[in-house]
Amino acid sequence: MFGKRVYFDNSAATRMDERVLEAMKPYFFENYAVATSEFAYSEGIDAREALDKVRNVLATFLGANADEFIFTSGNTESSNISLKGVALALGKKKGTHIITSRIEDFPVIHSTRALEKQGFQITYLKVDDDGFIDLDQLRDAITDKTILVSIQHANQEIGTIQDIQKIGHICREKNVLFHTDATHTFTRLPLDVRKIPVDLIAVSAHTIHGPKGIGGLYIRKGTPITKWMDGGFQEFDIRPGLENIPGAVGFAKAVELVTSEETQRLQTMRDRIIERVLAEIPNTTLNGHRWKRLPQNVNITFHFVEGESITLHLDMHGYAVSTGSACFSRSLESSHVIMGIGGDHERAHGSIRFTFGRYNTMNEVDEIVGILAEIIKELRKISPLGKEKMEDTK
Amino acid sequence: MKFPYSELVLEHFRHPRNVGQIEDADGKATEGSPSCGDMVSVYIKVDPEKKTISDIKFESYGCASNIATGSIITELAKGKTLDEAKQINWKTASEALGGLPKIKAHCSVLAVEGLRSAIQNYEERHGLVIEKKPTTEDEIHRRLKKVMNPLSGLDLERTNLVKELHLKDGIVRIMIDLPPGHQFSNSIKEEVKEKIEPLWDIKEVIVDFMG
Repeated sequence: MFGKRVYFDNSAATRMDERVLEAMKPYFFENYAVATSEFAYSEGIDAREALDKVRNVLATFLGANADEFIFTSGNTESSNISLKGVALALGKKKGTHIITSRIEDFPVIHSTRALEKQGFQITYLKVDDDGFIDLDQLRDAITDKTILVSIQHANQEIGTIQDIQKIGHICREKNVLFHTDATHTFTRLPLDVRKIPVDLIAVSAHTIHGPKGIGGLYIRKGTPITKWMDGGFQEFDIRPGLENIPGAVGFAKAVELVTSEETQRLQTMRDRIIERVLAEIPNTTLNGHRWKRLPQNVNITFHFVEGESITLHLDMHGYAVSTGSACFSRSLESSHVIMGIGGDHERAHGSIRFTFGRYNTMNEVDEIVGILAEIIKELRKISPLGKEKMEDTK
Repeated sequence: MKFPYSELVLEHFRHPRNVGQIEDADGKATEGSPSCGDMVSVYIKVDPEKKTISDIKFESYGCASNIATGSIITELAKGKTLDEAKQINWKTASEALGGLPKIKAHCSVLAVEGLRSAIQNYEERHGLVIEKKPTTEDEIHRRLKKVMNPLSGLDLERTNLVKELHLKDGIVRIMIDLPPGHQFSNSIKEEVKEKIEPLWDIKEVIVDFMG
């Protein structure tokens, strides 16, 4: 019971691939210089070359030029640079209105809240039951004072994929900048800046079996961004600080290792768990769209039971998953995403997220369903809720 | 493996004691509601002669702390007189469980409240309490002692977070000494409202934050 561990929380963190570590190693032990030292000694030149090379890998992957991609410490920093950087650049010149959605992840939603305190006006677009924004509402919300639209590529909790192609065209048409948080879609879904009119893209290595603490930001050439963290002149004078070369090298390696076959395999796991849980466990609801969702994401509410109780029981059986329950969150609030899709506290309270990665197997997926069914049955016996409804489904 | 809970909490979580309902309960109560998170129902049978709790059962729609606390209080209360059982508080329950994480205090207080309310329900049904008294500021302060400050695991009163409290014409205004954007400000606000709003003569509860 306490032997094998199964990690189904790959949107929180992933096991790093050994090949990524191997690629990083030389930059810890052999050449640990930074690119800033390129005019002082040869190690600096090697470091500069290594950084340029991997920057090119990342940029090319997005269909961008190398000078349009900067490395950061992760998607949190990338989104902060985007939102606050654009706000500083255009706040006085053009306007102080920003549009986002109610179900964005914390780096975006907490950045907009911080900007509100600085006098910016933020429109938080509603989403429908599946988590999609309404394109007409977006169009209507844009005014001549709007400087930025920030809509995620796919949702961190319920996996819903927004139509960023259409969102981008609306922004282009209205002459407004468009930022998207692609933390969970990067390498898993097509994202090419030559096809999609997007100006800023936040990405991270931690979701794709790369190292933690490294991420990136695509900045379309000419996008007005004011640097607000002070330091050196690194990363085209937008993101100061020592270059994390081992991290950047690891990030590029992680990107190279993702294959479409692998993504297809994750999607098969996703579909299997959704089909089996909904069929085999009564009183369950899928959160998010059935198929316009991340290939690696499943989010299901088990009614009449609480999420942290489920995760703890699963943990004892060797499975790591997460929940949108208030009891689990650091702020003791229910998931704003589940609430955002018209769910109530009850729906958030019993919601469980399963996210898959390279090291998961179909066998693990099949095993968890039976274990879940047992756990839910036991917890429902303790619960004061849903007794009559459960009788009905017997 | 490592868990955020003590062995005893896990034991009661895995094998909760006295789970279920009592059909002909002498007193019963439900605390919390699905809309605010955890929920606990407590049922008691009372020996009319000795005024002791002869049987007790509980149900929980909650997290591990909530289930474990529900389980332990049924064990602590069984066989006790009503007056003794009323003395069981969060601290007693937490100590009997070998300690609970501070941030989880609010989930477990609910179970203790469930027991007290079930006893109160018995007393009301058996004419042991006098009619409704108007709410006083003291009563509100007493209730705020049941709202936990997740930073410390102690209540709002003890941690001096209640800076001002005014009661006028059924409207309660409370000023909490935390900034409005604080990590726990929303959750504390909800809990304060949840504890004060059910009072029969309270129309509105306004919770403000400093700064």
